[in-house]
Amino acid sequence: MIIQAICFYLFAAITIASAVMVISARNPVHSVLFLILAFFNAAALFILLGAEFLGMILIVVYLGAVTVLFLFVVMMLDINVAELRQGFLQYLPIGGLIGLILLAELVLVLGSWVITPEAQAVARAPIPPIDEVSNTAALGNVLYTDYIYLFQASGIVLLVAMVGAIVLTLRSREGVRRQSIRTQNLRSREQSVEIKKVQSGSGV
Amino acid sequence: MAELWQGYIWPTIFIVLQIVAVLVPLLLAVAYTTYAERKIIGAMQLRRGPNVVGPFGLLQPIADGVKLLFKETILPAGANRVVFIAAPIITFVLSLVAWAVIPFGEGMVIADINVGILYLFAISSLGVYGIIMAGWASNSKYPFLGALRSAAQMVSYEVSMGFVIITVVVCAGSLNLSEIVEAQRTVWFAIPLLPMFVIFFVSILAETNRTPFDLPEGEAELVAGYFVEYSSMTFALFFLGEYANMLLLSGMTSILFLGGWLPVLGFAPFTWIPGPIWLALKIALVMFVFIWVRATLPRYRYDQLMRLGWKVFLPFSLFWVVLTAGVLIAFDWVPN
Repeated sequence: MIIQAICFYLFAAITIASAVMVISARNPVHSVLFLILAFFNAAALFILLGAEFLGMILIVVYLGAVTVLFLFVVMMLDINVAELRQGFLQYLPIGGLIGLILLAELVLVLGSWVITPEAQAVARAPIPPIDEVSNTAALGNVLYTDYIYLFQASGIVLLVAMVGAIVLTLRSREGVRRQSIRTQNLRSREQSVEIKKVQSGSGV
Repeated sequence: MAELWQGYIWPTIFIVLQIVAVLVPLLLAVAYTTYAERKIIGAMQLRRGPNVVGPFGLLQPIADGVKLLFKETILPAGANRVVFIAAPIITFVLSLVAWAVIPFGEGMVIADINVGILYLFAISSLGVYGIIMAGWASNSKYPFLGALRSAAQMVSYEVSMGFVIITVVVCAGSLNLSEIVEAQRTVWFAIPLLPMFVIFFVSILAETNRTPFDLPEGEAELVAGYFVEYSSMTFALFFLGEYANMLLLSGMTSILFLGGWLPVLGFAPFTWIPGPIWLALKIALVMFVFIWVRATLPRYRYDQLMRLGWKVFLPFSLFWVVLTAGVLIAFDWVPN
């Protein structure tokens, strides 16, 4: 138990410290690198909770794909740090307000568990107890059996968002020569090579 | 006091010993992979390969290692020091930690976790950070271009790799690597899932930046890609990390498709050979194909590489996931 507590405080402390560094680092690339560290430690916290599936998915999705593209974009952009600093105070009230709302919501959720223990029972538990079934299977049961329609609906929302993003950025430019793999593969020797006997001195 | 020894210290010592027992052979294997690569490519190109240091040149990798160790580490003036140093360390560490979940035989695994395959996938998808950090921190054009190419390439091929893994997991009915191997007792997954096996192999070539997808280090355009500015031990860490990664992905191929530690045929002369040796043989076979491909194929063009990943592999593997799931449901073969 002691080791678990030590690990928890270690990971939690690193998560919070790197989260603070994300918004206070001077270099935007360093910010993203600290974000990676924060995600990684959050995944470790999930694993400590026994939710190893969520921890791994956090790493695969956020670190393996999202943050790579994020880092990619931040590296390509020429961000002027001094200019960004000027907006800091301007956005502070809105950011602070959002943070406060989130905090209040968390307090409400956790507080209701403490005040009325019955509320905790409402939070859906996987039907077989957690020590009989791995949490991957438990999650799958809840997600694909109990809430399948909501799951499908969120899938459609994401699909619409993806189509929208593609429509917004897709433009067909004139005068671009694209390679057509099909026509290339269908090309025969007769169409592309011609052998001619050239009389010396006369040209083709 | 006795409880402290029982509960904490002995397990720690035991785990450390297990880690050493995995890492020492692994690093030796990495060193001799470079030797094998030079010898095999030499033979394919009618050359001799290394043959001066030691008998048959067998001490060449050790000589190379010692040479790299004693060279001077050069930090470029414009480099971002911390990230520059951290990048090779991250690459190397990531290529080693993934071995924690690889089962070498029945029960012979450091951490037999429930989500082993996801852990492997997660660690291999983190590998891109070492490269992209190296390219950015060098503050130089060629490494940066190499890193961008590599990041785009690794992210693209990871998607189809994910679908291949899903197919295997659906067939095996578990995310645990030992159980995936056990599920192949009747038939190796390479046979019913042959197209996925091919896609997986091509994807791991792209994932490890090997020929024909070695554009991130294309020497003709980018000098050496993301590690142009690295020297001595920092370079060696990249090199070791890259080869350890190749071995890791070969191991993953063996476990997912070639039956891991299981013998080729389940009767007497084959079952006498212990599991770890079977796994090593299968890894060696996949590594040989890696090297064979390098000696044989020319480099892909970058747009064709992207086309292959997104327009060929992704739709095909998606289709195959649906097909496999459909077949399993239709014939009631779903593993519980």
